Amino acid sequence: MLIDIKEANKKAFDAIQAAQPIIKGIGTCLDTVPGMKQNLILHAGPPITWERMSGPLRGAVMGALIYEGFAKTPEEAEKVAASDKIEYSPWHEHDGVGPMAGVASASMPVWIVENKTNKKCTYCTLNEGLGKVLRFGAYSEEVITRLKWMEKTLGPVIKAAIPFMPEINLKNMVAQVLQMGDEAHNRNKAGTSLLIRELAPAVIKTDFSAEDKIKVLEFVNSNDHFFLNLSMPAAKAILQSAEWIEGSTLVTTMCRNGTDFGIRVAGLKEQWFTGPAQIVKGLLFPGFEETDCNPDIGDSAITETCGFGGFAMAAAPAIVKFVGGVAGDAINYTKKMYEITEGESQSFQIPILDFRGSPQGIDILKVCEKQILPQINTGIAHKKSGIGQVGAGLVNPPMKCFEDALQAYVDKYCD
Amino acid sequence: MSNLKDFFGKKVKVINLGIPSFADDLKRQNVEVIHTDWRPPAGGNKKIQALLDKVETWQNKVNAAKGAK
Repeated sequence: MLIDIKEANKKAFDAIQAAQPIIKGIGTCLDTVPGMKQNLILHAGPPITWERMSGPLRGAVMGALIYEGFAKTPEEAEKVAASDKIEYSPWHEHDGVGPMAGVASASMPVWIVENKTNKKCTYCTLNEGLGKVLRFGAYSEEVITRLKWMEKTLGPVIKAAIPFMPEINLKNMVAQVLQMGDEAHNRNKAGTSLLIRELAPAVIKTDFSAEDKIKVLEFVNSNDHFFLNLSMPAAKAILQSAEWIEGSTLVTTMCRNGTDFGIRVAGLKEQWFTGPAQIVKGLLFPGFEETDCNPDIGDSAITETCGFGGFAMAAAPAIVKFVGGVAGDAINYTKKMYEITEGESQSFQIPILDFRGSPQGIDILKVCEKQILPQINTGIAHKKSGIGQVGAGLVNPPMKCFEDALQAYVDKYCD
Repeated sequence: MSNLKDFFGKKVKVINLGIPSFADDLKRQNVEVIHTDWRPPAGGNKKIQALLDKVETWQNKVNAAKGAK
């Protein structure tokens, strides 16, 4: 095959630069997400069976089954989850992403993000907040009650508000938050604040009751991570524009399901390359130890894949208070990522690096040659279902994913 | 042999590749040294090196074919 890798990667990189993700609306998962079915549970990371799922993913699945009415108790949910009544599929194979366990079921409201450049949409659930939440594997009554409120009130109110909002270009918003001390993965204070500025007047203009409007705005305001569920589908939309460019060695997906870490590569259409998810090193909440921690979980590494999150930590030095280390580490992590990326983002600039574009477009050839792994920052879930978040920290993918992808690339193109 | 004598007769300037402690030792002896963070390609993993070589060989052929057009 006469494919010039440099040209293929330039084409992929240019497509990433050209992408313009905007908030399109909110829909119900069943009616909106391609391939969604009543008995299908979407999850974070590469494909996995119930038998191999880790505690937090199992807990989130059980919670979703109770929420959907497939089961009344956790014990019943466990039986249903293991039966052939329920099917499982990665969010990434349905144009979406989910933070942590990433579980989504038919009735849940989802953000719809559209890349204006190619008109393709991506999806993500709405963020539930911190503490005992489904995405960390909790399934108690308070979790289910909150999910029902999100379905009946939060989703419909925001859906009705969106037509009153100006067009929200999420790439521009992520670029802005990098100037404000966020990195749009584990620090979303600025992002959520910017969103509220647009959302609040529009919510007021809807016909919902004052009580509902107040609850919605209080809920968004109380949750610093509300913006994460928009930065993630924005990153997915941006990277989707590089799929599946023949010959390109750029990574378009990095994700984890709590058992396996998986990557996909632009020039290797829809193939998963997996290795064991790693233990996250970082700061744990009081009362927890490293032995409590589940291995790395969630689709949120889509932010790093897109050149922000851990790749733009230099823009968010305050994040080290959450994930560990000192401010200088944040700068060094970003600088190191230039070694394994195709170029510098034209949109995401880092003030402390003299507004240099963030490192963007992970190249499997560079990762394998230099043996430098992508730097991810992330939340840590308890390994048992039903408990929730126990800390946050830093983690890398297993090198095996990249080496297996390189082998597949050689098999496809070079033999 | 005479060249070697000349070498040790002059002030030594060192470029250190790979292991940083070699450069640190020289710095402690006031020897001018620049450290370069170098590692063998693929960290010395022969299987991965071979795969990267295959990619390079293929790309050389692609470029040669493009040049011939």
